[in-house]
Amino acid sequence: MDLTLMWESLPRLLGGAPLTLQLVGLSLLLGLCIAVGLAVMRLSRNPLLSGPAAAYVFVFRGTPLLVQIFLIYYGLGQFPALRESFAWPFLREAYWCAVLALALNTAAYTSEIIRGGVQSVPFGQIEAARALGMGRMQIYRRIVAPIALRQALPAYGNEIILMVKASSLASTITLLEITGIARRLISQTFAVFEIFIIAGAIYLLMNFVVSRVISLVEWRLTPHLRRAT
Amino acid sequence: MKKSLTVLAAAAALAMTASVAQAQGSKIRVATEGAYPPWNATNAAGKLEGFEIDLANELCKRLSAQCEIVAQDWDGIIPSLQAKKYDVIMAGMSVTDERKKVIDFAGPYASEPTSFAALKNSPLLKGSFAERVTLDQVDGDEQKSIDALKAALKGKTVGVQVSTIQANMLEKHFPDVSMKTYDKIDSAGLDLVAGRIDAVLADRSAAAALAQAEGGKDITLFGPGFTGGVLGVGVGAGVRKDDAQLKANLDKAIQAATADGTIGKLSTQWFGFDISIKK
Repeated sequence: MDLTLMWESLPRLLGGAPLTLQLVGLSLLLGLCIAVGLAVMRLSRNPLLSGPAAAYVFVFRGTPLLVQIFLIYYGLGQFPALRESFAWPFLREAYWCAVLALALNTAAYTSEIIRGGVQSVPFGQIEAARALGMGRMQIYRRIVAPIALRQALPAYGNEIILMVKASSLASTITLLEITGIARRLISQTFAVFEIFIIAGAIYLLMNFVVSRVISLVEWRLTPHLRRAT
Repeated sequence: MKKSLTVLAAAAALAMTASVAQAQGSKIRVATEGAYPPWNATNAAGKLEGFEIDLANELCKRLSAQCEIVAQDWDGIIPSLQAKKYDVIMAGMSVTDERKKVIDFAGPYASEPTSFAALKNSPLLKGSFAERVTLDQVDGDEQKSIDALKAALKGKTVGVQVSTIQANMLEKHFPDVSMKTYDKIDSAGLDLVAGRIDAVLADRSAAAALAQAEGGKDITLFGPGFTGGVLGVGVGAGVRKDDAQLKANLDKAIQAATADGTIGKLSTQWFGFDISIKK
Protein backbone atom coordinates (compact mmCIF):
# COMPACT_ATOMS: atom_id res chain seq x y z
CA MET A 1 0.00 0.00 0.00
CA ASP A 2 1.42 3.30 -1.12
CA LEU A 3 -0.25 5.96 0.98
CA THR A 4 1.47 8.91 -0.71
CA LEU A 5 0.27 7.70 -4.08
CA MET A 6 -3.26 7.39 -2.74
CA TRP A 7 -3.11 10.91 -1.35
CA GLU A 8 -1.69 12.29 -4.60
CA SER A 9 -4.30 10.54 -6.73
CA LEU A 10 -7.17 11.99 -4.70
CA PRO A 11 -7.28 15.47 -6.32
CA ARG A 12 -6.89 13.99 -9.80
CA LEU A 13 -9.74 11.54 -9.21
CA LEU A 14 -11.89 14.30 -7.74
CA GLY A 15 -11.29 16.14 -11.01
CA GLY A 16 -13.54 13.52 -12.59
CA ALA A 17 -16.35 14.12 -10.11
CA PRO A 18 -17.97 17.05 -11.98
CA LEU A 19 -18.30 14.91 -15.12
CA THR A 20 -19.72 11.99 -13.13
CA LEU A 21 -22.26 14.31 -11.47
CA GLN A 22 -23.17 15.87 -14.81
CA LEU A 23 -23.74 12.48 -16.43
CA VAL A 24 -25.85 11.30 -13.51
CA GLY A 25 -27.81 14.55 -13.14
CA LEU A 26 -28.57 15.05 -16.82
CA SER A 27 -29.52 11.45 -17.48
CA LEU A 28 -31.72 11.28 -14.38
CA LEU A 29 -33.54 14.44 -15.44
CA LEU A 30 -33.98 13.30 -19.02
CA GLY A 31 -34.82 9.77 -17.88
CA LEU A 32 -37.47 11.02 -15.47
CA CYS A 33 -39.22 12.96 -18.24
CA ILE A 34 -39.25 9.91 -20.50
CA ALA A 35 -40.32 7.73 -17.57
CA VAL A 36 -43.36 9.86 -16.74
CA GLY A 37 -44.50 9.58 -20.36
CA LEU A 38 -43.85 5.85 -20.36
CA ALA A 39 -45.71 5.33 -17.09
CA VAL A 40 -48.75 7.24 -18.35
CA MET A 41 -48.72 5.09 -21.50
CA ARG A 42 -48.23 1.92 -19.49
CA LEU A 43 -51.18 2.73 -17.22
CA SER A 44 -53.47 3.47 -20.15
CA ARG A 45 -56.18 0.94 -20.96
CA ASN A 46 -55.48 1.42 -24.67
CA PRO A 47 -53.17 -1.45 -25.79
CA LEU A 48 -51.73 0.78 -28.53
CA LEU A 49 -50.26 2.92 -25.75
CA SER A 50 -49.50 0.36 -23.04
CA GLY A 51 -48.06 -2.18 -25.47
CA PRO A 52 -45.14 -0.08 -26.78
CA ALA A 53 -44.37 1.15 -23.27
CA ALA A 54 -44.23 -2.42 -21.98
CA ALA A 55 -42.00 -3.41 -24.92
CA TYR A 56 -39.66 -0.50 -24.21
CA VAL A 57 -39.31 -1.50 -20.58
CA PHE A 58 -38.80 -5.13 -21.58
CA VAL A 59 -35.95 -4.26 -23.96
CA PHE A 60 -34.11 -1.64 -21.90
CA ARG A 61 -34.47 -3.48 -18.61
CA GLY A 62 -33.58 -6.81 -20.14
CA THR A 63 -30.28 -5.88 -21.82
CA PRO A 64 -27.03 -4.86 -20.13
CA LEU A 65 -26.33 -1.14 -19.91
CA LEU A 66 -22.80 -1.75 -21.20
CA VAL A 67 -24.23 -3.29 -24.36
CA GLN A 68 -26.59 -0.33 -24.77
CA ILE A 69 -23.69 2.11 -24.42
CA PHE A 70 -21.62 0.24 -27.01
CA LEU A 71 -24.58 0.02 -29.38
CA ILE A 72 -25.22 3.74 -29.17
CA TYR A 73 -21.57 4.83 -29.32
CA TYR A 74 -19.87 2.37 -31.68
CA GLY A 75 -22.98 0.86 -33.27
CA LEU A 76 -24.80 3.96 -34.47
CA GLY A 77 -21.55 5.57 -35.65
CA GLN A 78 -21.17 2.90 -38.30
CA PHE A 79 -24.13 4.05 -40.37
CA PRO A 80 -23.08 6.72 -42.88
CA ALA A 81 -26.70 7.92 -43.15
CA LEU A 82 -26.71 8.70 -39.46
CA ARG A 83 -23.31 10.38 -39.65
CA GLU A 84 -24.78 12.84 -42.14
CA SER A 85 -27.98 13.43 -40.19
CA PHE A 86 -28.90 16.25 -37.82
CA ALA A 87 -28.28 13.97 -34.83
CA TRP A 88 -24.58 13.46 -35.53
CA PRO A 89 -23.29 16.63 -33.82
CA PHE A 90 -24.70 15.07 -30.64
CA LEU A 91 -23.97 11.40 -31.25
CA ARG A 92 -20.44 12.28 -32.36
CA GLU A 93 -19.67 13.19 -28.77
CA ALA A 94 -19.04 10.39 -26.30
CA TYR A 95 -20.60 12.65 -23.66
CA TRP A 96 -24.04 12.76 -25.28
CA CYS A 97 -23.92 9.08 -26.17
CA ALA A 98 -23.35 8.30 -22.50
CA VAL A 99 -26.12 10.65 -21.34
CA LEU A 100 -28.50 9.15 -23.91
CA ALA A 101 -27.73 5.54 -22.96
CA LEU A 102 -27.98 6.23 -19.23
CA ALA A 103 -31.21 8.21 -19.68
CA LEU A 104 -32.91 5.58 -21.85
CA ASN A 105 -31.88 2.89 -19.38
CA THR A 106 -32.99 4.66 -16.23
CA ALA A 107 -36.27 5.67 -17.94
CA ALA A 108 -37.24 2.00 -18.19
CA TYR A 109 -36.67 1.35 -14.49
CA THR A 110 -38.13 4.66 -13.34
CA SER A 111 -41.33 4.19 -15.34
CA GLU A 112 -41.89 0.91 -13.51
CA ILE A 113 -41.24 2.64 -10.18
CA ILE A 114 -43.81 5.32 -11.04
CA ARG A 115 -46.32 2.73 -12.24
CA GLY A 116 -45.91 0.78 -9.01
CA GLY A 117 -46.38 3.95 -6.97
CA VAL A 118 -49.54 4.97 -8.80
CA GLN A 119 -51.03 1.50 -8.60
CA SER A 120 -50.34 1.32 -4.88
CA VAL A 121 -52.75 4.17 -4.15
CA PRO A 122 -55.68 2.53 -2.29
CA PHE A 123 -58.83 2.65 -4.36
CA GLY A 124 -60.83 3.77 -1.33
CA GLN A 125 -58.93 7.07 -1.32
CA ILE A 126 -59.84 7.74 -4.94
CA GLU A 127 -63.43 6.74 -4.27
CA ALA A 128 -63.55 9.15 -1.36
CA ALA A 129 -62.20 11.96 -3.56
CA ARG A 130 -64.81 11.21 -6.17
CA ALA A 131 -67.50 11.29 -3.50
CA LEU A 132 -66.29 14.77 -2.61
CA GLY A 133 -66.86 15.77 -6.23
CA MET A 134 -63.23 16.18 -7.31
CA GLY A 135 -62.45 16.07 -11.02
CA ARG A 136 -59.98 13.61 -12.58
CA MET A 137 -57.02 15.98 -12.70
CA GLN A 138 -57.79 17.20 -9.25
CA ILE A 139 -57.77 13.65 -7.89
CA TYR A 140 -54.42 13.01 -9.61
CA ARG A 141 -52.88 16.16 -8.26
CA ARG A 142 -54.20 16.06 -4.71
CA ILE A 143 -54.63 12.36 -3.96
CA VAL A 144 -52.81 10.04 -6.35
CA ALA A 145 -49.59 12.00 -6.95
CA PRO A 146 -48.68 12.66 -3.30
CA ILE A 147 -49.34 9.09 -2.22
CA ALA A 148 -47.60 7.61 -5.26
CA LEU A 149 -44.56 9.85 -4.72
CA ARG A 150 -44.29 8.70 -1.13
CA GLN A 151 -44.54 5.07 -2.17
CA ALA A 152 -42.06 5.40 -5.02
CA LEU A 153 -39.42 7.41 -3.22
CA PRO A 154 -37.40 4.59 -1.60
CA ALA A 155 -37.26 2.69 -4.89
CA TYR A 156 -36.31 5.86 -6.77
CA GLY A 157 -33.57 6.53 -4.23
CA ASN A 158 -32.18 3.12 -5.08
CA GLU A 159 -32.33 4.00 -8.76
CA ILE A 160 -30.34 7.21 -8.20
CA ILE A 161 -27.68 5.27 -6.34
CA LEU A 162 -27.58 2.67 -9.10
CA MET A 163 -27.14 5.45 -11.64
CA VAL A 164 -24.19 6.97 -9.78
CA LYS A 165 -22.52 3.59 -10.01
CA ALA A 166 -23.65 2.92 -13.58
CA SER A 167 -22.07 6.17 -14.76
CA SER A 168 -18.69 4.47 -14.33
CA LEU A 169 -19.45 2.54 -17.53
CA ALA A 170 -19.02 5.81 -19.43
CA SER A 171 -15.29 5.25 -19.01
CA THR A 172 -15.53 2.50 -21.64
CA ILE A 173 -16.31 5.06 -24.34
CA THR A 174 -13.31 7.31 -23.68
CA LEU A 175 -14.95 9.60 -21.09
CA LEU A 176 -12.69 10.63 -18.26
CA GLU A 177 -15.07 10.60 -15.32
CA ILE A 178 -13.92 9.19 -11.98
CA THR A 179 -13.46 5.62 -13.21
CA GLY A 180 -11.94 6.78 -16.49
CA ILE A 181 -9.35 8.84 -14.65
CA ALA A 182 -8.73 5.95 -12.25
CA ARG A 183 -8.04 3.60 -15.12
CA ARG A 184 -5.71 6.10 -16.76
CA LEU A 185 -3.84 6.61 -13.48
CA ILE A 186 -3.55 2.86 -13.02
CA SER A 187 -2.17 2.49 -16.50
CA GLN A 188 0.53 5.01 -15.58
CA THR A 189 1.34 3.75 -12.08
CA PHE A 190 0.16 0.11 -12.21
CA ALA A 191 -1.18 0.61 -8.67
CA VAL A 192 -4.61 -0.99 -9.08
CA PHE A 193 -5.40 -1.40 -5.42
CA GLU A 194 -4.51 2.08 -4.19
CA ILE A 195 -6.31 3.99 -6.93
CA PHE A 196 -9.50 1.94 -7.12
CA ILE A 197 -9.81 2.20 -3.32
CA ILE A 198 -9.82 5.98 -3.58
CA ALA A 199 -12.20 5.92 -6.57
CA GLY A 200 -14.51 3.60 -4.66
CA ALA A 201 -14.41 5.90 -1.64
CA ILE A 202 -15.48 8.87 -3.77
CA TYR A 203 -18.49 6.93 -5.11
CA LEU A 204 -19.31 5.83 -1.58
CA LEU A 205 -19.28 9.42 -0.39
CA MET A 206 -21.52 10.53 -3.26
CA ASN A 207 -24.01 7.77 -2.53
CA PHE A 208 -23.91 8.54 1.16
CA VAL A 209 -25.05 12.08 0.39
CA VAL A 210 -27.73 10.78 -2.00
CA SER A 211 -29.12 8.34 0.56
CA ARG A 212 -29.15 11.02 3.30
CA VAL A 213 -31.03 13.43 1.04
CA ILE A 214 -33.54 10.75 0.09
CA SER A 215 -34.23 9.84 3.71
CA LEU A 216 -34.63 13.51 4.55
CA VAL A 217 -37.23 13.92 1.80
CA GLU A 218 -38.91 10.72 2.96
CA TRP A 219 -39.11 12.08 6.48
CA ARG A 220 -40.64 15.34 5.22
CA LEU A 221 -43.24 13.52 3.15
CA THR A 222 -44.44 11.20 5.90
CA PRO A 223 -45.46 13.40 8.83
CA HIS A 224 -48.30 10.99 9.57
CA LEU A 225 -45.85 8.20 10.32
CA ARG A 226 -43.83 10.21 12.81
CA ARG A 227 -44.43 9.57 16.46
CA ALA A 228 -45.97 12.53 18.20
CA THR A 229 -43.52 14.09 20.61
CA MET B 1 37.62 -47.22 -8.48
CA LYS B 2 36.06 -48.14 -11.79
CA LYS B 3 32.96 -49.31 -10.04
CA SER B 4 32.60 -46.11 -8.08
CA LEU B 5 32.96 -44.16 -11.35
CA THR B 6 30.13 -46.13 -12.90
CA VAL B 7 28.00 -45.44 -9.87
CA LEU B 8 28.85 -41.78 -10.10
CA ALA B 9 28.01 -41.71 -13.79
CA ALA B 10 24.77 -43.49 -13.14
CA ALA B 11 23.94 -41.05 -10.39
CA ALA B 12 24.76 -38.15 -12.67
CA ALA B 13 22.63 -39.60 -15.45
CA LEU B 14 19.78 -40.05 -13.02
CA ALA B 15 20.13 -36.50 -11.81
CA MET B 16 20.15 -35.24 -15.38
CA THR B 17 17.02 -37.13 -16.40
CA ALA B 18 15.38 -35.85 -13.26
CA SER B 19 16.20 -32.25 -14.10
CA VAL B 20 15.11 -32.68 -17.72
CA ALA B 21 11.87 -34.24 -16.57
CA GLN B 22 11.36 -31.35 -14.22
CA ALA B 23 12.00 -28.83 -16.97
CA GLN B 24 9.66 -30.64 -19.32
CA GLY B 25 6.97 -30.75 -16.71
CA SER B 26 7.35 -27.07 -15.91
CA LYS B 27 4.80 -24.71 -17.27
CA ILE B 28 5.28 -21.13 -18.43
CA ARG B 29 2.12 -19.06 -18.29
CA VAL B 30 2.16 -16.34 -20.95
CA ALA B 31 -0.34 -13.49 -21.18
CA THR B 32 -1.18 -11.66 -24.37
CA GLU B 33 -3.87 -9.15 -25.26
CA GLY B 34 -5.48 -10.96 -28.16
CA ALA B 35 -6.61 -7.71 -29.75
CA TYR B 36 -3.52 -6.28 -31.46
CA PRO B 37 -3.14 -7.97 -34.84
CA PRO B 38 -0.85 -9.07 -36.33
CA TRP B 39 1.09 -9.27 -33.05
CA ASN B 40 -1.64 -11.14 -31.19
CA ALA B 41 -5.29 -11.56 -32.03
CA THR B 42 -8.32 -13.68 -31.36
CA ASN B 43 -9.63 -15.44 -34.45
CA ALA B 44 -13.25 -16.10 -35.37
CA ALA B 45 -13.15 -19.41 -33.53
CA GLY B 46 -12.11 -17.60 -30.34
CA LYS B 47 -8.56 -18.96 -30.43
CA LEU B 48 -5.48 -16.83 -29.90
CA GLU B 49 -3.20 -16.45 -32.87
CA GLY B 50 -0.51 -14.16 -34.20
CA PHE B 51 3.21 -13.52 -34.22
CA GLU B 52 3.59 -13.57 -30.45
CA ILE B 53 1.54 -16.73 -30.00
CA ASP B 54 3.85 -18.58 -32.39
CA LEU B 55 6.91 -16.97 -30.82
CA ALA B 56 5.79 -17.89 -27.29
CA ASN B 57 5.33 -21.51 -28.32
CA GLU B 58 8.74 -21.45 -30.00
CA LEU B 59 10.45 -20.04 -26.90
CA CYS B 60 8.71 -22.55 -24.63
CA LYS B 61 9.85 -25.35 -26.91
CA ARG B 62 13.42 -24.12 -26.66
CA LEU B 63 13.11 -24.06 -22.86
CA SER B 64 11.47 -27.51 -22.94
CA ALA B 65 8.54 -26.15 -21.02
CA GLN B 66 4.84 -26.25 -21.56
CA CYS B 67 3.27 -23.02 -22.75
CA GLU B 68 -0.04 -21.87 -21.41
CA ILE B 69 -1.17 -18.74 -23.24
CA VAL B 70 -4.01 -16.66 -21.85
CA ALA B 71 -5.72 -13.48 -23.01
CA GLN B 72 -5.70 -10.49 -20.66
CA ASP B 73 -7.06 -6.98 -21.19
CA TRP B 74 -4.28 -4.50 -21.87
CA ASP B 75 -4.97 -2.11 -19.01
CA GLY B 76 -4.62 -4.86 -16.41
CA ILE B 77 -1.80 -6.77 -18.02
CA ILE B 78 1.04 -5.52 -15.77
CA PRO B 79 -0.92 -5.59 -12.47
CA SER B 80 -1.97 -9.19 -13.20
CA LEU B 81 1.63 -10.17 -13.87
CA GLN B 82 2.56 -8.75 -10.49
CA ALA B 83 -0.36 -10.62 -8.95
CA LYS B 84 1.23 -13.83 -10.37
CA LYS B 85 -1.74 -14.68 -12.56
CA TYR B 86 0.89 -15.57 -15.17
CA ASP B 87 4.67 -15.37 -15.57
CA VAL B 88 5.36 -13.63 -18.87
CA ILE B 89 3.77 -10.83 -20.91
CA MET B 90 4.12 -11.05 -24.67
CA ALA B 91 1.70 -8.47 -25.98
CA GLY B 92 3.51 -6.07 -28.28
CA MET B 93 4.81 -4.38 -25.15
CA SER B 94 7.71 -2.01 -25.72
CA VAL B 95 10.59 -1.90 -23.28
CA THR B 96 10.45 1.55 -21.65
CA ASP B 97 12.04 3.08 -18.58
CA GLU B 98 8.62 3.68 -17.08
CA ARG B 99 7.67 0.01 -17.29
CA LYS B 100 11.13 -1.11 -16.21
CA LYS B 101 10.43 0.55 -12.86
CA VAL B 102 7.81 -2.12 -12.15
CA ILE B 103 8.77 -5.15 -14.24
CA ASP B 104 11.77 -6.60 -16.08
CA PHE B 105 12.00 -7.45 -19.75
CA ALA B 106 13.64 -10.30 -21.62
CA GLY B 107 14.61 -9.42 -25.16
CA PRO B 108 13.66 -7.25 -27.02
CA TYR B 109 12.55 -9.67 -29.72
CA ALA B 110 11.12 -7.22 -32.26
CA SER B 111 11.02 -3.56 -33.13
CA GLU B 112 8.47 -1.59 -35.09
CA PRO B 113 8.28 2.13 -35.85
CA THR B 114 5.24 4.10 -34.70
CA SER B 115 3.02 5.71 -37.30
CA PHE B 116 -0.02 7.93 -37.67
CA ALA B 117 -3.08 6.73 -39.56
CA ALA B 118 -5.96 8.79 -40.91
CA LEU B 119 -8.78 8.55 -43.44
CA LYS B 120 -7.79 8.75 -47.09
CA ASN B 121 -9.66 12.04 -47.62
CA SER B 122 -8.09 13.69 -44.56
CA PRO B 123 -6.34 17.05 -45.03
CA LEU B 124 -3.59 15.67 -42.76
CA LEU B 125 -2.29 13.58 -45.65
CA LYS B 126 -1.23 16.62 -47.67
CA GLY B 127 2.08 17.38 -46.00
CA SER B 128 5.38 15.84 -47.07
CA PHE B 129 7.37 14.25 -44.32
CA ALA B 130 10.71 12.56 -43.72
CA GLU B 131 10.51 8.78 -43.92
CA ARG B 132 11.99 8.22 -40.49
CA VAL B 133 12.17 10.28 -37.29
CA THR B 134 14.42 9.13 -34.48
CA LEU B 135 13.04 10.93 -31.45
CA ASP B 136 16.23 10.85 -29.34
CA GLN B 137 18.41 12.37 -32.07
CA VAL B 138 16.35 14.65 -34.26
CA ASP B 139 18.17 16.17 -37.24
CA GLY B 140 17.07 19.18 -39.31
CA ASP B 141 14.88 17.29 -41.76
CA GLU B 142 13.24 15.34 -38.99
CA GLN B 143 12.57 18.49 -36.98
CA LYS B 144 10.89 19.97 -40.05
CA SER B 145 8.61 16.95 -40.24
CA ILE B 146 7.74 17.20 -36.57
CA ASP B 147 6.96 20.90 -36.89
CA ALA B 148 4.81 20.31 -39.97
CA LEU B 149 2.89 17.58 -38.16
CA LYS B 150 2.50 19.79 -35.11
CA ALA B 151 0.97 22.54 -37.20
CA ALA B 152 -1.32 20.15 -39.08
CA LEU B 153 -2.51 18.42 -35.92
CA LYS B 154 -3.12 21.55 -33.88
CA GLY B 155 -6.60 21.37 -32.33
CA LYS B 156 -7.18 17.91 -33.82
CA THR B 157 -8.00 14.78 -31.87
CA VAL B 158 -5.75 11.75 -32.01
CA GLY B 159 -6.69 8.32 -30.66
CA VAL B 160 -4.21 6.04 -28.91
CA GLN B 161 -4.41 2.92 -26.83
CA VAL B 162 -4.26 3.64 -23.10
CA SER B 163 -0.85 3.29 -21.43
CA THR B 164 1.18 2.83 -24.59
CA ILE B 165 4.43 4.36 -25.82
CA GLN B 166 2.31 6.14 -28.41
CA ALA B 167 0.30 7.86 -25.66
CA ASN B 168 3.60 8.95 -24.09
CA MET B 169 4.92 10.18 -27.41
CA LEU B 170 1.80 12.25 -28.06
CA GLU B 171 1.93 13.81 -24.60
CA LYS B 172 5.60 14.63 -24.88
CA HIS B 173 6.06 15.68 -28.49
CA PHE B 174 2.58 16.86 -29.49
CA PRO B 175 1.17 18.55 -26.40
CA ASP B 176 -1.26 20.70 -28.40
CA VAL B 177 -3.10 17.68 -29.74
CA SER B 178 -6.13 16.54 -27.79
CA MET B 179 -5.69 12.87 -27.01
CA LYS B 180 -8.42 10.25 -26.68
CA THR B 181 -7.49 6.96 -25.08
CA TYR B 182 -9.02 3.60 -25.92
CA ASP B 183 -8.91 0.21 -24.22
CA LYS B 184 -8.27 -1.52 -27.52
CA ILE B 185 -6.71 -0.17 -30.68
CA ASP B 186 -9.58 -1.39 -32.90
CA SER B 187 -12.02 0.83 -30.95
CA ALA B 188 -9.85 3.78 -32.00
CA GLY B 189 -10.10 2.51 -35.58
CA LEU B 190 -13.91 2.48 -35.35
CA ASP B 191 -13.93 6.04 -34.08
CA LEU B 192 -11.54 7.12 -36.83
CA VAL B 193 -13.92 5.75 -39.46
CA ALA B 194 -16.89 7.34 -37.67
CA GLY B 195 -15.09 10.69 -37.80
CA ARG B 196 -14.94 11.17 -34.03
CA ILE B 197 -11.16 11.47 -34.15
CA ASP B 198 -8.85 12.81 -36.84
CA ALA B 199 -5.99 10.32 -36.58
CA VAL B 200 -4.72 7.26 -34.74
CA LEU B 201 -1.18 6.76 -33.49
CA ALA B 202 0.02 3.17 -33.17
CA ASP B 203 2.69 0.66 -34.11
CA ARG B 204 3.03 0.72 -37.88
CA SER B 205 1.84 -2.87 -38.18
CA ALA B 206 -1.13 -2.37 -35.84
CA ALA B 207 -2.13 0.78 -37.71
CA ALA B 208 -1.85 -1.08 -41.00
CA ALA B 209 -4.02 -3.85 -39.54
CA LEU B 210 -6.75 -1.27 -38.88
CA ALA B 211 -6.84 -0.54 -42.60
CA GLN B 212 -7.23 -4.24 -43.34
CA ALA B 213 -10.00 -4.71 -40.79
CA GLU B 214 -13.63 -4.81 -41.83
CA GLY B 215 -14.84 -1.29 -42.59
CA GLY B 216 -11.30 0.08 -42.45
CA LYS B 217 -10.70 0.38 -46.18
CA ASP B 218 -10.56 4.19 -45.99
CA ILE B 219 -7.78 4.17 -43.39
CA THR B 220 -4.23 4.84 -44.51
CA LEU B 221 -0.88 5.47 -42.82
CA PHE B 222 0.79 8.84 -43.12
CA GLY B 223 3.78 10.78 -41.85
CA PRO B 224 7.15 9.44 -40.73
CA GLY B 225 7.90 6.20 -38.95
CA PHE B 226 8.91 7.22 -35.43
CA THR B 227 11.51 5.35 -33.35
CA GLY B 228 13.72 5.92 -30.31
CA GLY B 229 13.30 8.23 -27.32
CA VAL B 230 10.02 7.68 -25.47
CA LEU B 231 9.25 4.88 -27.91
CA GLY B 232 11.80 2.64 -26.20
CA VAL B 233 14.13 0.06 -27.64
CA GLY B 234 11.70 -2.49 -29.03
CA VAL B 235 9.18 -5.05 -27.90
CA GLY B 236 10.19 -7.43 -25.12
CA ALA B 237 8.79 -10.16 -22.92
CA GLY B 238 7.75 -8.76 -19.53
CA VAL B 239 8.57 -10.75 -16.41
CA ARG B 240 8.38 -10.05 -12.69
CA LYS B 241 11.43 -8.42 -11.15
CA ASP B 242 12.02 -11.34 -8.78
CA ASP B 243 11.93 -13.85 -11.63
CA ALA B 244 15.58 -13.46 -12.67
CA GLN B 245 15.96 -17.13 -13.67
CA LEU B 246 13.02 -16.97 -16.08
CA LYS B 247 14.31 -13.69 -17.53
CA ALA B 248 17.76 -15.22 -18.10
CA ASN B 249 16.24 -18.31 -19.74
CA LEU B 250 14.01 -16.24 -21.99
CA ASP B 251 16.88 -13.89 -22.88
CA LYS B 252 18.94 -16.86 -23.99
CA ALA B 253 16.08 -18.39 -25.99
CA ILE B 254 15.25 -15.06 -27.65
CA GLN B 255 18.89 -14.49 -28.57
CA ALA B 256 19.15 -17.96 -30.08
CA ALA B 257 15.87 -17.61 -31.98
CA THR B 258 16.97 -14.23 -33.29
CA ALA B 259 20.40 -15.50 -34.32
CA ASP B 260 19.16 -18.54 -36.25
CA GLY B 261 16.52 -16.50 -38.07
CA THR B 262 13.47 -18.14 -36.48
CA ILE B 263 12.02 -14.82 -35.28
CA GLY B 264 12.71 -13.25 -38.67
CA LYS B 265 10.83 -16.10 -40.33
CA LEU B 266 7.83 -15.82 -37.98
CA SER B 267 7.81 -12.07 -38.50
CA THR B 268 7.72 -12.38 -42.28
CA GLN B 269 4.92 -14.88 -41.95
CA TRP B 270 2.74 -12.56 -39.85
CA PHE B 271 3.82 -9.04 -40.86
CA GLY B 272 5.02 -9.54 -44.41
CA PHE B 273 8.42 -8.12 -43.44
CA ASP B 274 11.16 -8.76 -40.91
CA ILE B 275 10.88 -6.89 -37.61
CA SER B 276 13.33 -9.02 -35.64
CA ILE B 277 16.14 -7.20 -33.85
CA LYS B 278 19.28 -6.75 -35.91
CA LYS B 279 22.50 -5.91 -34.21
